[in-house]
Amino acid sequence: MEILVCVRRVPDTSENEIELNSAGNDIERDELVYSINEWDNYAVEEALQIVSRVGGKVTVVTVGDDEDEEILRRQMAMGATHGVLLSDHLFAGSDGRGIAAILKAFIQKGNYELILTGVQAEDGAAQVGGMLAAMLDYPFASLVNSIEILDGKTLRITREIEGGNKELNEIDLPCVLSIQTGINEPRYVGMRGIRQVASVPIPTFGAPDLGVNPEIVGPLAAKIRRVDYFLPAAGRGAEMLYGKPEEIADKVVELVRTKGGLS
Amino acid sequence: MASIFAYVVHKDGAVDDSAAELLSAARKIDPDEEPVAITAGFGSDLDSVCETLQRSYREIWKISNEAFAYPNAELVRKALIKVLPPGSIVLVPHNHLGIDLSPGLSVKTNTPFVSDVLDIEGREGSWLKVVRQEFGGQISAHVMCDVSCGAVINIRPGAFKYLEASSGNGTIVDKSVEIGPISSGRRYLHTIVAESGDVDISKQPVLVSIGRGIQEQDNVAIAEQLADALGAVVSCSRPVVDAKWMDKSRQVGTSGKTVKPRVYIACGISGAFQHLAGLKGSPFIIAINKNPKAPIFQVADVGIVADLLEFLPILTEKTREARCVSAK
Repeated sequence: MEILVCVRRVPDTSENEIELNSAGNDIERDELVYSINEWDNYAVEEALQIVSRVGGKVTVVTVGDDEDEEILRRQMAMGATHGVLLSDHLFAGSDGRGIAAILKAFIQKGNYELILTGVQAEDGAAQVGGMLAAMLDYPFASLVNSIEILDGKTLRITREIEGGNKELNEIDLPCVLSIQTGINEPRYVGMRGIRQVASVPIPTFGAPDLGVNPEIVGPLAAKIRRVDYFLPAAGRGAEMLYGKPEEIADKVVELVRTKGGLS
Repeated sequence: MASIFAYVVHKDGAVDDSAAELLSAARKIDPDEEPVAITAGFGSDLDSVCETLQRSYREIWKISNEAFAYPNAELVRKALIKVLPPGSIVLVPHNHLGIDLSPGLSVKTNTPFVSDVLDIEGREGSWLKVVRQEFGGQISAHVMCDVSCGAVINIRPGAFKYLEASSGNGTIVDKSVEIGPISSGRRYLHTIVAESGDVDISKQPVLVSIGRGIQEQDNVAIAEQLADALGAVVSCSRPVVDAKWMDKSRQVGTSGKTVKPRVYIACGISGAFQHLAGLKGSPFIIAINKNPKAPIFQVADVGIVADLLEFLPILTEKTREARCVSAK
């Protein structure tokens, strides 16, 4: 099966505290550690597990610039067959719709049967997969947490719904699925694996190569614009306990008792 | 001004709480525009849903079709495309249906999509200013959306005020015949109900709940020792289940269980809204986190900035001492 996984390089929230910059218009980007979007990493692992069962190839693609090559190489070190970078100065500042349009143009040049994205990235929008499917007129399912290949034409998938329940669906190929975390256990990627793919060429395609109309990408086409970042309105706020750990622990025990938690 | 539609989610004939929240979101977009409820379903369930909606919406568009007995977003989207007037602003709850439905709906109606909106601040010309969150709720953002040709806006469940139904008597408009035959490349088969697991965390008076901050599987035992000392049970947030350190049945949150303990000890849990949405009944929340800016401290009653691996064993010891004393 020919599988395409759309990935993105994002600030790693497990490695950084995300803070506001001094101007208050962006997050503080100095010294941020970037990594592959967590959801996308699960999607790549799922693609690799599918091809190990039924054969095929996994291509990882991202819309970005030279700096984004590192995550393509990381996913190639995991086992992806190809990495592709879609890069053009016209693409910078695109909104989700613009990104989906760029990916659509690339997909139409290939022959992919299954297209995976992560459910969401750092902005929590959860949009590119669903937009892409609509642009391609492919069936779509979000929040996918298991995939079974029935035959060359159909998949059986589950979606995560409320309360830990799952919704079982059949979906025809080609299709687009957005992958939820926890669907698998992504394999570890060591430095040695990354070194092995360090010199593999990564093809890069720009707007003319893809036939992307410049008017549908970039900041001018964006009908969604983030104007600033700010710190969330503080809630009532917790009463913070300070002091020696033993003293704090004594207070906590007393509080638990008062609130009816120590019978 | 464009018409505003609220897509109403329902289950077993009962209207989801989000319907009343979409109504207040619509009022924030335009207080003078009466939003229209739009809902798809089938049979007597759909009838009772529309009856309920009559009390809060002035107009209800009803789409009845056997295909909607279960809400498959792929089919619902096709129906909405057929009935929505051009230029409409469509509000949808940002839940598993909205995530499935809305991005594609925005493409098919050629309107912008704004996801997971927490608040609506107002209009500046043809642009609507809304509030979103990024990085798991660590930071908020103002986002402008050009609504001059309509929009699809996903509204975060629980973020907008729940507007109580009035005694209104809304008009039901049956749009079913406009839909025609409908099919999709994705077919719903059935729902797989979650396994109950070894303990029912929804019935525990005290929960020691662990998140990503527990760092590794071996450290789960530290939380279990505290829970044992308290006579409590260990629950967790999503990353712990994703890492397979605990069973899914122990997860608190929208995709896990809803719990209502008296005391909730959140250990290394950042406090994403999907997690907090699983906490009901206003428990007393004690949050322990090494990051003093963790969002959990905004909702907790008591906060402690500490390393779990150092603090939890001390708390366990003190709990055991306290129980010994009270037993004497």
